[in-house]
Amino acid sequence: MRRRPWAAGLVVFFGLVLSGGGYAAATNVVQSDIGSAEQIDEGRKLFLANCASCHGTNGEGAIGGPSLIGVGAASVDFQVGTGRMPGQASGPQLYKKPVQFTDEQIAAMAAYVASLAPGPAIPDEEYLRGDGDPTHGGELFRINCAMCHNAVGAGGALTEGKFAPSLAGVSAKHTYEAMVTGPQNMPVFNDTNLTPEDKKDIITYLKYVEDNDSVGGFELGSIGPVAEGLFTWIFGLGFIIAITVWLGAKSN
Amino acid sequence: MTNTTEQKQGFVGGTANYLDERLGLGAVVKGFGRKIFPDHWSFMLGEVAMYSFVILVLSGTFLTFFYQPSMAEVHYDGSYAPLKGAQMSIAYASSLDISFDIRGGLIMRQVHHWAALLFVAAAGLHMLRVFFTGAFRKPRELNWVVGFLLFLMGMAAGFTGYSLPDDLLSGNGLRIIDGMIKGIPVIGPAVSSGFFGGEFPGTEVVARLYSLHIMIVPALIIVLMGVHLMMVVIHKHTHYSGPGRRDDNVVGYPLMPVYVAKAGGFFFLVFGVIAAIAATFTINPIWNYGPYDPSPVSAGTQPDWYIGWLDGALRLAPSGWDVVIAGFVIPMGVMVPLVVSLVFLALVAAYPFIENWVTKDKREHHVLDRPRNAPTRTAIGAAGVTFYGVLWAGASTDLIATNFQMSLNQVLTAMQILLILGPVIAYWVTKRACLSLQRKDREMVLHGRETGRVVRLPHGEYIEVHEPVDKYELWKLVDFKEYEPVLPRPDARGKITVGNRLRSAVSRLYFEDRIAPVSKAEYELAHADHAPAIEDKPKSKRKQKALTK
Repeated sequence: MRRRPWAAGLVVFFGLVLSGGGYAAATNVVQSDIGSAEQIDEGRKLFLANCASCHGTNGEGAIGGPSLIGVGAASVDFQVGTGRMPGQASGPQLYKKPVQFTDEQIAAMAAYVASLAPGPAIPDEEYLRGDGDPTHGGELFRINCAMCHNAVGAGGALTEGKFAPSLAGVSAKHTYEAMVTGPQNMPVFNDTNLTPEDKKDIITYLKYVEDNDSVGGFELGSIGPVAEGLFTWIFGLGFIIAITVWLGAKSN
Repeated sequence: MTNTTEQKQGFVGGTANYLDERLGLGAVVKGFGRKIFPDHWSFMLGEVAMYSFVILVLSGTFLTFFYQPSMAEVHYDGSYAPLKGAQMSIAYASSLDISFDIRGGLIMRQVHHWAALLFVAAAGLHMLRVFFTGAFRKPRELNWVVGFLLFLMGMAAGFTGYSLPDDLLSGNGLRIIDGMIKGIPVIGPAVSSGFFGGEFPGTEVVARLYSLHIMIVPALIIVLMGVHLMMVVIHKHTHYSGPGRRDDNVVGYPLMPVYVAKAGGFFFLVFGVIAAIAATFTINPIWNYGPYDPSPVSAGTQPDWYIGWLDGALRLAPSGWDVVIAGFVIPMGVMVPLVVSLVFLALVAAYPFIENWVTKDKREHHVLDRPRNAPTRTAIGAAGVTFYGVLWAGASTDLIATNFQMSLNQVLTAMQILLILGPVIAYWVTKRACLSLQRKDREMVLHGRETGRVVRLPHGEYIEVHEPVDKYELWKLVDFKEYEPVLPRPDARGKITVGNRLRSAVSRLYFEDRIAPVSKAEYELAHADHAPAIEDKPKSKRKQKALTK
């Protein structure tokens, strides 16, 4: 049997389509919706003016900052949208600060960075509404997040001045983006690790915790027994001692 | 005859008489009712601990009606939404029910927990008061030991209770205890297995802790508290120095009616403070931590404050110095904190006997020391408090790092250095401060208070008028005993033993630097010599005369 010359090419072609398509489906790297040419151009200008000194003129990275090729729109939206970027000073970790750009400018920069290479996109609204399963979300949160962020997201310490910030007041979109991009010292929780539904549940749990005040009264920062102990010594015992002084003074 | 008197007495008198004739209560009331207690705010701290304990028993009894100490698994079906359907132990589910579904359950849980924190805190502060005023001296050494055991029991009661809700936080606490037990060479693993009924966490430990928490530990506390109070009655209460207050009397008010009324009112004040705190501030929000699962450990996992110093000891111990003997690892990161904390506790318990070994003072002491008048003891106390305080702060290194934006590693290193240097600095500074204060007191007694009023005498000399301290103040300033360091002396066989040498060395440490109280002769001399300088406004002349007499 004689093989036709193009048969090998056809096999290779189908093989590539299958493995590539399968891989794409499995990892679910969402190709961000490429913005319009003007938006990308606008983003490139903003990038050159504000980011290129650390991240390189083509986002390839430089001494001051990592490469942005493949970080996706989600990463830009998180870093710039929470004010962490542009960074103010180098240190163990960048702090949240007032946002430096308008929403359009952030979207333009995100579109530009997304155009460099495919990466995680800005999440769909359907995962951000907080209408998932809080029980499942709470369980996932305790297993995956609480060891750094504390059981209700009050934040915690990492080594050498790094830290897991408090999650109070963080928008659902930014929470989702942080999970898929793993900013700074946070690990990436990609879609095979935590599916978009799982992320939705975690966001639901966090929303519940944030929207519902503790039934027990003031929470003392939700940082656990240390705050309770300090409160006992300073206010509890302090108040009781004031009473003993008052009772002791009465007789004299 | 009784008949006629009963008619005249009315109901209260009649009842009292009835009981007296049958139970002999009259003698008891007479004995106790005339018991004298001196009045001072610092004498009420132990009382606060006792009242907190009563509140703990009351609120704890309520909790036992609803809590179920079982580690069997169920699916939660209560009203806290983010845990609905979650798999958890019955112990945790019933704790959640107490918090969400039983009327008054949450406030009772919070009263119980806040009262527990206050109980140990008040007991600790009471212990410090007793230490710094020297109230542990003869005849009260044994009562110090009883009080020390009460403090330990308070820690035990707290820890066993902390572990009952079987949430993630308490499970992590138990895991650390499990690790510490397993770290003890040879017997560790067997002891852990016996305690947990197999490998941690097993299915038994909550029920065992429950028995300890509601029966054994509280029973021991009640017995020890009874002994503690009985000894207070036997020894009588101490008092601060002042006119007419001696080592052979007690100056104060009788139990009946003054203290019965005061103490009764005080109980309700303490109860009110605890209830107000419990009604406004969340404590141990177990619903946040979730059911216990051995894999996750949440950030901000700390024990309650009274176990904090032990957690701090574990955190501050350097890593990487384990010793391997014949293939067996001795984990120094566990053993050193364990040994150091046990030695610390032993020193606290034995302190009255150590000090007595140094002073060899066989007299009874019922008048308290002002802390400055026992500089070395006060300095030792300050060093101990610093040591404990650094260990305690060591338990919150992570929170200090995040909340003050510092590096966790640097906080840890700073604490390790402070743990060694802090007590030394505290000892030195406290001792010097005490000696300076004593010098100031001497100055005050001999020369009086500087009034700032400068007077020109007829011959042209200018002097500043000093106002003598009043009689009550004077008593306070001069009424203390002076000890002197002892020299090592040969015993009957003409030998100087090692113990003797050691005692003399410690005695030098205690009493080499000392300020003697002003003697009568010194006082008279100072006031005769400086008579013009100490002369004051004419109206206080009488007082002056009375003093110099």
